[in-house]
Amino acid sequence: MIFIPLLGMIAVLLLPRESDELIKRVTLFFTLVPLAVAVALFISYDRSTAGTQYVVNVPWIQAFNIQYHIGIDGLSVTLLLLTALLGPICVIASWRNIEKGIKAYMALFLLLETGMLGFFVALDLFLFYVFFELTLLPMYFLIGIWGGPRREYAAIKFFLYTLFGSVLMLVAMIAVYLNSGALGARTSTEGNALNNLNFQIWVFLGFFIGFAVKVPIFPFHTWLPDAHVEAPTAISVILAGILLKMGTYGLVRINMSMFPQGLDFFCNGLALLGFINIVYGSFCALAQTDFKKLVAYSSIGHMGFVILGLSARNDSGITGAILQMFNHGVISAMLFLLVGVLYDRAHHREINGFGGLGTKMPVYTGITTLAFMASLGLPGLSGFVGEALSLLGAYDKFKMLTILSTIGIVIGAAYFLWTLQRVFLGTLNPKYEEIPEINGREILTLVPLGILTIVLGVWPNFAIDMFRESVTNLIDVLQAI
Amino acid sequence: MNNNFLLLLPEFIVTGLAFVVLGLDLFLPERRKWVLPIVAVVGLVVALVVSLRYLWGVSDSLYDGVIRVDGYALFFKAFFIALGGVVVLVSVDFVRRNLEHPGEYYGILLFTVVAMMLLAASGELLTAYISLELLSFGLYVLVAYDRYNAKSNEGATKYILLGAFSSALLLFGISQVYGLLGTTRFDEISSALSSADALSPGLILGIALIIAGLGFKVAAVPFHMWAPDAYEGAPIPITAHLAVGSKAAAFALVLRLFAEAFMPIVEQWQILLIGLAVITMLLGNLVALAQRNLKRLLAYSSVGQVGYLLMGVAALAATGSGGIMLHLVAYAVTNMAAFLCLAAIYNITGRDDIAGMAGVARRAPLVGLVFAVSLFSLAGLPIFVGFTSKFYLFNAAAAQGLLWVAGIAIFSSLISLYYYLQVVRQLYIEPAEDAAPIPVPRLTLGVLGALFAGMVGLGVYPAPLMEAVQYASDALF
Repeated sequence: MIFIPLLGMIAVLLLPRESDELIKRVTLFFTLVPLAVAVALFISYDRSTAGTQYVVNVPWIQAFNIQYHIGIDGLSVTLLLLTALLGPICVIASWRNIEKGIKAYMALFLLLETGMLGFFVALDLFLFYVFFELTLLPMYFLIGIWGGPRREYAAIKFFLYTLFGSVLMLVAMIAVYLNSGALGARTSTEGNALNNLNFQIWVFLGFFIGFAVKVPIFPFHTWLPDAHVEAPTAISVILAGILLKMGTYGLVRINMSMFPQGLDFFCNGLALLGFINIVYGSFCALAQTDFKKLVAYSSIGHMGFVILGLSARNDSGITGAILQMFNHGVISAMLFLLVGVLYDRAHHREINGFGGLGTKMPVYTGITTLAFMASLGLPGLSGFVGEALSLLGAYDKFKMLTILSTIGIVIGAAYFLWTLQRVFLGTLNPKYEEIPEINGREILTLVPLGILTIVLGVWPNFAIDMFRESVTNLIDVLQAI
Repeated sequence: MNNNFLLLLPEFIVTGLAFVVLGLDLFLPERRKWVLPIVAVVGLVVALVVSLRYLWGVSDSLYDGVIRVDGYALFFKAFFIALGGVVVLVSVDFVRRNLEHPGEYYGILLFTVVAMMLLAASGELLTAYISLELLSFGLYVLVAYDRYNAKSNEGATKYILLGAFSSALLLFGISQVYGLLGTTRFDEISSALSSADALSPGLILGIALIIAGLGFKVAAVPFHMWAPDAYEGAPIPITAHLAVGSKAAAFALVLRLFAEAFMPIVEQWQILLIGLAVITMLLGNLVALAQRNLKRLLAYSSVGQVGYLLMGVAALAATGSGGIMLHLVAYAVTNMAAFLCLAAIYNITGRDDIAGMAGVARRAPLVGLVFAVSLFSLAGLPIFVGFTSKFYLFNAAAAQGLLWVAGIAIFSSLISLYYYLQVVRQLYIEPAEDAAPIPVPRLTLGVLGALFAGMVGLGVYPAPLMEAVQYASDALF
């Protein structure tokens, strides 16, 4: 399944450059196939066990004991579904927006999807690293060629920043390999040198910084607003929806599962960083006048909830964090798509430059309201469940921090409602007398996400069931130290 | 003497081939000179086949150990023959357009290939020195080949002067070692060193001079000053040959020298090599950031790569030498691809500065793609062979307790990515000044395709290459 988009990329590359429509359709096909497979996996996944399923383990580079080892567990299958879902949605979102170089764009996008799909199922550290890096290359080109005015700066910043993090990860990985002789991500941490606290602290830190850049965690977050603002709409969706989750997934899969002693040492710092993300991110969002930058900062804020939940290391905390990962992926995808809709029509993103659009674009206003409400955590929609569970879990361990973090929710409500008011309510800005309503294609991209938001808001078990066992297993590992 | 000269058959073939090419040049009319590179390549292929067929599994020596024929030598023989073939292919278009007397060019190129083969096979210091000199003389001529280009003359003059100076240093060091140990054969040096109680100052001086002389040859810091000017002035295929072939040959010698001859005193030279490695990789990559000319940029990036290789030498052990050899092959394939792309672009546009690469990806898609891929591979991004070889090398270094050096190396890679990205940015993002498509000869496209397949294939599935490297390094110990 991982390599279906890769085949798609080769197919697209073989098509002639001018046949835009054909290229788009072929790409769409090659992103729908993984979606079908992901849904099938989701349905057929056995929820009652915690181990990995559908494992493939083939020796790859013998000299280092590196295996081509993939498999899914509760966490992976959830994020896999998210990735596979956002694939076709992004292709549809790009249908009319990309003027030049459609072939290269679609080919790079398919390569990116391969990297992301592979990342979530990799179980060998080397393979994990390879897929992690594999996503960087297409992103650099996708932002750098098809982005906004400052795209080159944003693309290089993104690439170098993330590579810096992953370089640290590489050093940590080599250290792990030397001490344990193998690179399986499920290496048992008992009875070998990995148990040494000092070792765990350094290696944890190495991996942590690598993932912290991706998540992004303050103070490694400065690449995000630039990258988001300059990236084309669909790429922003993928960036916020999936790439950020790669960081948190890495935190769970590696930092927490493999280095529990390191986590124990750092958990206070982690909670503090989560708190800073929430509050600082929200305050920054409040100050923004660019719509996309506002959503970018709100993403930083929401990832803070994930970090806070993870640092709690208890059942509701981790469950909330993972759920928040999935939900934020869906919600922020919606948000960026909505910003894209507006940008396509008005060619700017100044919040204060709009006004009263509700009268001319009622459907759009309705969908945007839904997305905003979900993002700020209105009960009944999915955002609430993830945030609430994370906070509940964190309250157990870090009372003061949790209470202070709720400020973030209030600020979130503030900036979203204020934006709602500035853009949609009030008197109609005369410039937009003739603004066209949201069209069918755009609605097609938003509806699946909207449905998921509502469904998960009232029936979160739909998702939680998938990773319940994995979470229990993880907590056992964490408490075994 | 019971020497089996058939063991030297590959060298004889290539030498004969060089003479044949030189001779043919005299008799061929101008319009038939395109035959020469074909003859050269065919001859090299024959030599390759012969060496693999007859020398596989052989472990023997000639003249009582002066020339070794073993797995290590065979690996490098095959490598250098293949490299020579690729350089010939890279040169075809360039020579046809820009240089006179192609027969002499290809002939001297083949002589340098022989020199490289003998360098890897030498079992004692003087043979190594003579092979090194043959290689250097050939390269002196080739660097200066573009007679009417001032930069070529300047680069060549610097190269000749510094090369002669470094050869003198090397010879002085060799004579010191001979004078104090009484032998120049590697295995005998090794036993003399292990039985010596302490190193006399003269011996330390001798070994240090040898390291300095070889340091010049590979362009390690602080012996690298000639490299950017020589690389910039030389014709592009020769720059490629300098960057890849002569470095690889020098490292072939360095590996055998340190693994066999100097191993007993490893504690003495390890710290020196670590120091050299660190300053080389840092300086090479940092100065590359400031370059505007692509050839100079690639020169400094090569200096940085030499730093990684030196780190591998410092970490020499049974596993360590494999990393260096793997990295040499990866580095060769990648650099050849980069230089070939540069040559293809230069042949049409006449530009070899970074700004001149603007919009090339649109004008010559395959060239742009292979160029970008080779730069990413040099930076060490996964799925390309550059990452795999660096991973192996860094692991080997870390296994010897040099994890911090590996950390510095990884950070240098990060720095290098920045300047590689500048080039990629020009290729793909900047608009071209002149949007006319660049015609690339089919031969070039074919070679580029093969090199691309090599970079990606070896990156994803390096197992066959690693087995070959293992076989070679087994012979070394």
